[in-house]
Amino acid sequence: MIPYVIAALLFGLGVYGVLRRRNAILVLMAVELMLNAVNLVFVTADVTTRGATHHAGAVFTLFIIVLAAAEVGVGLAIVLQYYRLRKAVALDEVQLEGVAE
Amino acid sequence: MTVADALLLALGVVAVGAAALVVTSKHLVRAGLYLVVSLGAIAGLYLVLGAELVAWVQVLVYVGAVVVLLLFAVMLTRAPIGASDDLDRPAWPALLVGAGVGLGLAVLLADAFRWAIFPLPEAGTAGRMGEQIFGSWVLPFEVISILLLSALVGAIVLSRPDIKGRGE
Repeated sequence: MIPYVIAALLFGLGVYGVLRRRNAILVLMAVELMLNAVNLVFVTADVTTRGATHHAGAVFTLFIIVLAAAEVGVGLAIVLQYYRLRKAVALDEVQLEGVAE
Repeated sequence: MTVADALLLALGVVAVGAAALVVTSKHLVRAGLYLVVSLGAIAGLYLVLGAELVAWVQVLVYVGAVVVLLLFAVMLTRAPIGASDDLDRPAWPALLVGAGVGLGLAVLLADAFRWAIFPLPEAGTAGRMGEQIFGSWVLPFEVISILLLSALVGAIVLSRPDIKGRGE
């Protein structure tokens, strides 16, 4: 019960951060918060429904941690490449056209 | 309230408070360090919930690798060291959506799992987790390893300016 509320609040903070922040790296940090909230729900559900699932929630959590590592790697590579092109990391100034000329 | 409940509550307050500082801090580097505190508290929550292996993987991968990558990116984009005022968009739409999602999910999850009793957890040690991963979840495990490899290659290709894309 308590971990579910913690996870929901963390997810809300992550959504707030993604919508509020302009800096791409801070947006990635907020995405990490959201991923961790989901992981917490998985682990808690795994503990509270032990009979039906044999550590499946914890296994899913490990997979999500690996996916998050991959996501951060590719995301930061994209951010750095954009910084190299434009010398800026502000998301609301990104132009979707004409970057690759 | 049992000892486990008190620990969960304390670690949860630390995690949520540090997360709030991550999304409100004016300093980029401090936001990264508050993220370390938040992720560490979540690792503590995993320990209290009995998922040992997940807790240590969280410490190794998130606190050890992901945050270091984020701080590297902060340095490589020559972010300002002190406080900066241009990090944020106007607050109220984000506040509205964030608070709505957070409180709505809290009510929904608390209501949905009200019946769930908290049994004495059978610890998710490395041995039990390994049996599951290499028993029931072998195929997803292999697919994940291929995905990790391709993400690695993709990140290298993206960040090397001397590797040209196709057709150039």
